[in-house]
Amino acid sequence: MSGADDEPLRVEKLNVYYGQFRAVHDIDLTVAAGEIVSVIGANGAGKTSFLKAIMQQADRAEGSIHAFGLNLRTMSTPQIVAAGVALVPEGRRLFPSLTVAENLRIGWEIGRRGSITLDRIYSWFPVLAERRDQPARRLSGGQQQMVALGRALLANPRLLLCDEISLGLAPVVVGQLYDILPKIRAEGISMIVIEQDVVRSLAVADRFYCFLEGAVSLVGRPQDANRDVIMRHYFGG
Amino acid sequence: MTIDMLNQAIQGALIGGLYALFAVGLSLSLGVIRFINIAHGDLIVLASFLLMSLSGLLGLSPFVVALFMLPLAFAAGYWLQRLLLQRVVGESVLPVILVTFGLSIMIQNGLLQAYGPDTHKLHGGQIEVASVHMFGLFDIGFFPLAVFFTAIVVIAALDILLYRTSIGARIRAVADDPAAADLIGLSSGRMYAIAMGVVGMTVMLAASCMSVWTNFDPAIGPSRLLTAFEAVVLGGLGSLWGTLVGGMVLGIAQNLGAQMDASWQILAQHLIFLLVLVLRPRGLFPKA
Amino acid sequence: MTGRNQFMTGLAITRFALVAIILALAAGPWLFDLNQQTLLTEFFTLLVLALMWNLLAGYADIITVGQHAFVGVGAYAFYGLAVLADVDIFLAIPMAALTTLLVAIPTMAIIFRLRTAYLAVGTWVAAEVMMLIAGKLPGFGGGSGTSLPIPVVKAFGATLSGRVSTFYAMSFALALLAFGTTWIFLRSRVGLGLTAMRDNEEAAGAAGVDLVMTRIVCFLWTAPFLGLAGVLVTLQKLRVAPSASFSITDWTIYIIFIVVIGGIGSLEGPVIGTILFFLLRGYLAAYGTWYLIILGAVSIGVILAEPRGIWGACRRWGIPDLAPASHGPKP
Ligand SMILES: Nc1ncnc2c1ncn2[C@@H]1O[C@H](COP(=O)(O)OP(=O)(O)O)[C@@H](O)[C@H]1O
Ligand SMILES: [Mg+2]
Repeated sequence: MSGADDEPLRVEKLNVYYGQFRAVHDIDLTVAAGEIVSVIGANGAGKTSFLKAIMQQADRAEGSIHAFGLNLRTMSTPQIVAAGVALVPEGRRLFPSLTVAENLRIGWEIGRRGSITLDRIYSWFPVLAERRDQPARRLSGGQQQMVALGRALLANPRLLLCDEISLGLAPVVVGQLYDILPKIRAEGISMIVIEQDVVRSLAVADRFYCFLEGAVSLVGRPQDANRDVIMRHYFGG
Repeated sequence: MTIDMLNQAIQGALIGGLYALFAVGLSLSLGVIRFINIAHGDLIVLASFLLMSLSGLLGLSPFVVALFMLPLAFAAGYWLQRLLLQRVVGESVLPVILVTFGLSIMIQNGLLQAYGPDTHKLHGGQIEVASVHMFGLFDIGFFPLAVFFTAIVVIAALDILLYRTSIGARIRAVADDPAAADLIGLSSGRMYAIAMGVVGMTVMLAASCMSVWTNFDPAIGPSRLLTAFEAVVLGGLGSLWGTLVGGMVLGIAQNLGAQMDASWQILAQHLIFLLVLVLRPRGLFPKA
Repeated sequence: MTGRNQFMTGLAITRFALVAIILALAAGPWLFDLNQQTLLTEFFTLLVLALMWNLLAGYADIITVGQHAFVGVGAYAFYGLAVLADVDIFLAIPMAALTTLLVAIPTMAIIFRLRTAYLAVGTWVAAEVMMLIAGKLPGFGGGSGTSLPIPVVKAFGATLSGRVSTFYAMSFALALLAFGTTWIFLRSRVGLGLTAMRDNEEAAGAAGVDLVMTRIVCFLWTAPFLGLAGVLVTLQKLRVAPSASFSITDWTIYIIFIVVIGGIGSLEGPVIGTILFFLLRGYLAAYGTWYLIILGAVSIGVILAEPRGIWGACRRWGIPDLAPASHGPKP
């Protein structure tokens, strides 16, 4: 199965290794067009490794990964981004000495052309417009996360991968960031949203996957899931 | 200060332009890729020999040949990075130093094998003998002025490239955090290669000026590397304009040292470097 | 288990053979002719230099391209003491080592302001400065250098064969001392920190290894050995001269090739590299510049294919260290 041309993601039997250690274990995961899929799991469950493997940035991976009918395993990261898959990396990973505008423009340059422009990002995050000429390292954590999100969005992806957007941010700020998700969805962008915060992430998701020690321990829809069941599959035991 | 010493100092400051041309490429590779290319000086010498052969063959001025060679120099730097250096850049600086060290020895001995140990100097034409008389006191060679001006133009161009263009922003992004760049789909390897291509062009320009200004032989690469290195450290790591000042300081020190005794020329250069290193370890114009 | 026992037996036999070789070398003056002794003297000298460069680059993360500085300082100090100051030669030798150490201290204070790649070139600048200064010192013959006076040479033996044997014994003793003490040093507390540093600098720092202090100790450790090698070089060449005593080709470039090819970060690497270097030189010396071109190409190839050199490849094949420097898990 290679996945249809309009299917944003189909991962089959994915394994990721660091040396001898297997961080991701036979994961199957799909994202349907327009869907927001939440991936939850404790620290070290393999969520970041999973995203890295999709972007072809894992040291060693096995299995098949298809996006929009393309076999990502045969593509380089720049090709994947150009094909419409963009990552908001864990820890934001801005270029600290570059200005806000420069950071954002890099996203535009490496991505596809599309309807999301610099001006629209500025209209979604007005504070970035004010601080566009400041080096990214001077921004607050929340503002940096806005730049990271904006940088990925400017690549005009069809599938957006978000790794722990709320990490280390105050609840108010997290709220502001999550308020943007409907707007992103309105652009027809499918998403994988990774969080450790189960409540926050299930609130926005159509479906969720719970990772436990590198494997999928539970799949479901937020409305069908019982809190205790999720917690058991989140922490194991 | 006597007029003669002032004259020597001014001539020395002008040599600083040549040294800055040696140094900007090294500064770029240090700032962007964070490695030191031990073969940097040898590449300048290699380019000088290439210019010698080609300008002899074509009967053209070495400056003209150098301009035509710039695209080739870019490609050479680009592919040197892609095919060789990229394999060893990483956390540890040891492998890069050792590979460029091996390269340095290969270039030196390859040139020795191909051209023999003799000293050469290229002819730049009329520009070499023309001079301007200044303040009714001393003659300033037209050629040193032109080289100094070239250095200013090259540094200004690099400044614009790095800080005013989108490719420059991408190069700086990769310099900031190569792993992050790779993660979001900005290939650090490609940006490094482009940066080394630019370094290659500065090497070609430096070679055209050096080969007309001074004698060269297959073995002088290392001394050019040391001069470039000292100019970079003196100027303040990462500061392109700083390398020009660093080069001027070295040139002045050389000429004033040579005033005392010809054999003091190089020693004075190194000693001033060590002195500044002791007093201002981060150079004269450290970047924040 | 039997496979493992066989393996250990093999290791024991190898070690036994090595001890036998060392004993044979100790009896060198009676076993080898003068040419062989001269060659081995040179071998031991380069081995000392290789061990020191490896200690710095392979463990302390100090990559020096200016190792020839202290070889030259040792040579000039010896000449100054033994010839100019008329100190008894057998006192002049340890004093030359001490002088090298004393020169190393301020040198270190200045160039340690630079780190990593910058430090590498910084050591080179320091070496240039020392070579240029050596050429200006009064009494040392300026840029062209000067020969050791006959009486000083004769003090090492009245006959040529006597002198060759003395120099052989001295260089053998120095190599043994350099290898033995470096081994013990690496197995000491500081040394264990170094091995941790070789494997992972960050982890070593986190584990409380004082990286700066360790680097300082290592740098100063190598200085007297390099100085003593400089004395030996002077005795072999019977003269001091800036270009020869401070030869970057002989005391740094060759040494880097030796250690890179043999294997950085092990004690076996420098030994293998030095042996290989002499074998290669025997075959390729006739080709002059090609010899260096080939060495350069081979060392680049080694870094690309197996950054830890020949001994690194051996380790990967499961051959245990013959002179294990850490108390790591036994194979
Ligand atoms: N670069 C790495 N080297 C070795 N192990 C790693 C590396 N990155 C992650 N791991 C290990 O892989 C497992 C999964 O990590 P990760 O994918 O970061 O989990 P998560 O994002 O769910 O917190 C963890 O056990 C972690 O220790
Ligand atoms: Mg993670």
